[in-house]
Amino acid sequence: MFSSLNIRMGFFLAKRQIKKSSLWTTILIIFVMFFTFLNLVVVSGILVGLLQGAVNAVHINYTSDVIISSLNNKNYIENSPEIIKIIESLPQVENFSARYLEGGTLEANYKTRTSEKEKPNISSASIYGIDPVAENNVTNLSKFIVEGEYLAPGDYDKVLLGSYLDKKYMDFDYPGFSALENVEPGTKIRMKINDIEREVTIKGIVKSKVDQLSMGVFMVDSQLRSIIDRNDYNVDEISIKLKDDIDPNMVRDILKKNGIDKVAKVQTYLDAQPKFIKDMIETFSLLANLLSSIGLIVASITIFIVIFINAVTRKKFIGILKGIGINESAIEISYIFQSFFYAFCGSIIGLIVLYGFLQPWMTAHPIDFSFSDGILVAPVGGTMLRIGLLMITTIIAGFIPARLVIRKNTLDSILGRN
Amino acid sequence: MIKVKNLIKTFLDGEKETKVLKGIDLEVENGEFVAIMGRSGAGKSTFLYQMSLLDEPTGGEIKIDDIDVLALSTSERTSFRLSKLGYVFQDYALLPEMTALENVALPLLMQNFPEKEAYEKAVEHLTLVGLGERLNNLPSQLSGGEQQRVSIARAIAHNPKILFADEPTANLDNESSKMIMEIFKELHKNGQTIIMVTHEPEYSKFAQKIIKIDDGLIIDIVFN
Repeated sequence: MFSSLNIRMGFFLAKRQIKKSSLWTTILIIFVMFFTFLNLVVVSGILVGLLQGAVNAVHINYTSDVIISSLNNKNYIENSPEIIKIIESLPQVENFSARYLEGGTLEANYKTRTSEKEKPNISSASIYGIDPVAENNVTNLSKFIVEGEYLAPGDYDKVLLGSYLDKKYMDFDYPGFSALENVEPGTKIRMKINDIEREVTIKGIVKSKVDQLSMGVFMVDSQLRSIIDRNDYNVDEISIKLKDDIDPNMVRDILKKNGIDKVAKVQTYLDAQPKFIKDMIETFSLLANLLSSIGLIVASITIFIVIFINAVTRKKFIGILKGIGINESAIEISYIFQSFFYAFCGSIIGLIVLYGFLQPWMTAHPIDFSFSDGILVAPVGGTMLRIGLLMITTIIAGFIPARLVIRKNTLDSILGRN
Repeated sequence: MIKVKNLIKTFLDGEKETKVLKGIDLEVENGEFVAIMGRSGAGKSTFLYQMSLLDEPTGGEIKIDDIDVLALSTSERTSFRLSKLGYVFQDYALLPEMTALENVALPLLMQNFPEKEAYEKAVEHLTLVGLGERLNNLPSQLSGGEQQRVSIARAIAHNPKILFADEPTANLDNESSKMIMEIFKELHKNGQTIIMVTHEPEYSKFAQKIIKIDDGLIIDIVFN
């Protein structure tokens, strides 16, 4: 069937038929293919991008490229000062932030409460002790200040409050969780860590889609260290930001070779992803593939109908072609070329729109979902695979109706008999 | 040479069987110009379609140059039509999206002629039928007579063994019809075998032999 002569003749016939067909019909079909392409790539890309946005946010704004954290059976990272020296010596490291982390409670209405029977407005929180400059260099924390100001290195008894701990930003309740009411920058709250109470002033509110930030309280590291009496300078977490194009796996392995994994967990941002996120990414990918399959079916039905109508209305001319001796395969191939043309044009326009406009635009302006800044994930490999699938489906969908019409009796076709 | 023996064609319409050809025998020598005549519904076009391999008879035998053409497979028949036969239809049967030149070159390209040669031959034959100046016109830009001449150029460009024509003048005015018949006369003079269905006695006179058909049988053969 696919002899070079038949292919050449098929191309000859297809080219002339496309050239002579109605411009608006051609544009319409190409548009259908273009939107099918978008359906295949963009819908699934946004679904995956929804989670990818959340994953990216945790990566960029919390764990950074590599994170060292305390072992499950330890309260902190032993020998932290030595580990920090190793990190400082690595040329691949751009910045790092060492954090102290303790659980504690915050109380807002302790000044206005008039009796012991009145319920205290208490909220539990993770309290981070950070070097404000180092933290900002690694995670850009200051970007998320929505009220008040970011911490300065010399700040004393001042904290940044995660927005979920402020009733004003936490507009929903769930059992076991309460937020502080009537607090804002300048408000004093009482902080209790390991039975040590300290009155601190809220300096700013941190609002982010990374839960660790929105549910945390941040203060200068030296102060938290003194509260928890951590005189050995052992920290709980170290987030390491690497220079551009450095593979986090490589740095993780270097750190492990230095024996750090014996006293702490050393993970890349991917290793540190919670399992439910990995499961959700898999689930969303599956869902995206399912939606893509529906898109493919829609595309194939569209092309089937288009080619079928085209072939039926041209039945007489197909009969004439067969009558004067044009090989049936050449005629079938001409319809394959036509289907290919529509899918190809739709895909090319789709590629231009996707990589020239949609993806860069959505990266610059992520969709503001409640739990993530959704981006469009469209890796070139995956897109090419989808284009390949679209082409194959379209070609088959174009070939079948053409074959149905072409196989009809030659004379019946010429004379327009059914 | 064409040899037809006991050719039968039956159409089925539900359970009703209509026998259109009831056992026709005919021989046509190479270089002959044969006209088939008869009243409407006599079976003359059906007879032409069977001989020209556009349709399959219900029974009988057709041999062209001693080849049992009814024994050929579908693709062999297509190939046979392409290389050995030429067709002129009543309604011209040109492809509307192709120019006159492309319509004529198409069967040549299918015969694997190099593109240049195919187009040269197409130009040559279009010039022969007087359309050397209308090569790049689409069928819709040509008159009926001109379209029929393109159709003739397409039918003869590959030097077919037999040229079949189904009422080639039926849709044309007198002047165009005469022009078409003059072309046929000229082709015949150069040795082309022509089998033509017509209902116009005036044009049947161009043929050497007139076969008269009625009710699915040859009822008379007249030599001019």
